[in-house]
Amino acid sequence: MYINTFRLYRFAMSAAILSNMSVVALAQQFKANSIVIEQPWTRATPGGAKVAGGYMTITNTGSEPDRLIGGVLPQAGRFELHEMKMDGNVMQMREVLGGLEIKPGQKVQLNPSGYHVMFTGLREPLKQGDTLKGQLRFEKAGSVDIEYRVEGIGAQGPQQHSH
Amino acid sequence: MRKIGQNAVRIGATLVALILVGAILFGWAYLRDDGGLARAAEIGGPFALVDHHGKSVTDRDYLGKPTLVFFGFTNCPNVCPSTLLEITNQLEELGPDADRLNILFITVDPERDTPQQLALYLSSFDPRITGLSGTPENIFAAMKAYHIYAKKVPLKDGGYTMDHTATIAVMNSKGQYVDAMHYQAPSATTRAKLHRLLGLGNP
Repeated sequence: MYINTFRLYRFAMSAAILSNMSVVALAQQFKANSIVIEQPWTRATPGGAKVAGGYMTITNTGSEPDRLIGGVLPQAGRFELHEMKMDGNVMQMREVLGGLEIKPGQKVQLNPSGYHVMFTGLREPLKQGDTLKGQLRFEKAGSVDIEYRVEGIGAQGPQQHSH
Repeated sequence: MRKIGQNAVRIGATLVALILVGAILFGWAYLRDDGGLARAAEIGGPFALVDHHGKSVTDRDYLGKPTLVFFGFTNCPNVCPSTLLEITNQLEELGPDADRLNILFITVDPERDTPQQLALYLSSFDPRITGLSGTPENIFAAMKAYHIYAKKVPLKDGGYTMDHTATIAVMNSKGQYVDAMHYQAPSATTRAKLHRLLGLGNP
């Protein structure tokens, strides 16, 4: 059968582009044993700000409960787990002590208006568009390397980066 | 028998008197709390603070223009940057009309938020937003005037964060309270309020 070389070239190109895309898509998902972390993101910091939140979705696909107990962001002095709540018109921030439990089959959203990771003592500003390497520590799944996308100041969710 | 009757009358009269006093007190309290209007009129008042350029200012410096008053702090990871970004976007959309507004960002954390720190922080937002700091006593007085709650919450590493009221007080050009903008109110609601405040048509 005759194969048009141009067609073959085009096919190869689209395959390359597609696989490239899937690499990016996969890069937003991180796994350790039965723990799956999706789309970690943070926000650019205003001038002089020393804190930023870390947000993501964590799923426990296993049959045992696990617990997010800590982590590292090299740019931050400390890594804490916090919960933000509104009590009427008052914003409340509480440190979550003893880690955040992820029950079997549970999908936990870490977002600005609920549970989230808190980076404090930032040594440098976080800039929109950057990707930051970090690590999460789970009681059973152990340490997981992840990457945070830095969104804009005050962003309410991760952007869809498809390219 | 007679004595018992007299006692009953006395007890009855005392009860009636107590009920009357209770009703009067209740009515007075009820009238004072006239649907929040009395309390609304109490929001705002004199303050003496320092702006992010290091200049001493008072509430009187902001009369003549409507003023949005928002309390927060620069170590605030969510509510403050989100609110200041929302205000920045609204001001940008208003364009030069926004020059007819004062926007005050008053810190509830004067210990860490010096005027210099506020200047650095506000450089990321619309330049028409003014940061105010001051002595803890003067900040507390301003918080009290605007009915703002704030509380230091210690963190286990020795640092602290702040709980605080996230509502923006909207004052008219005479410094009278007219409205509130609540945290995460839809942008369209805020836009409509700003247009009304500036006497512009519907957005």
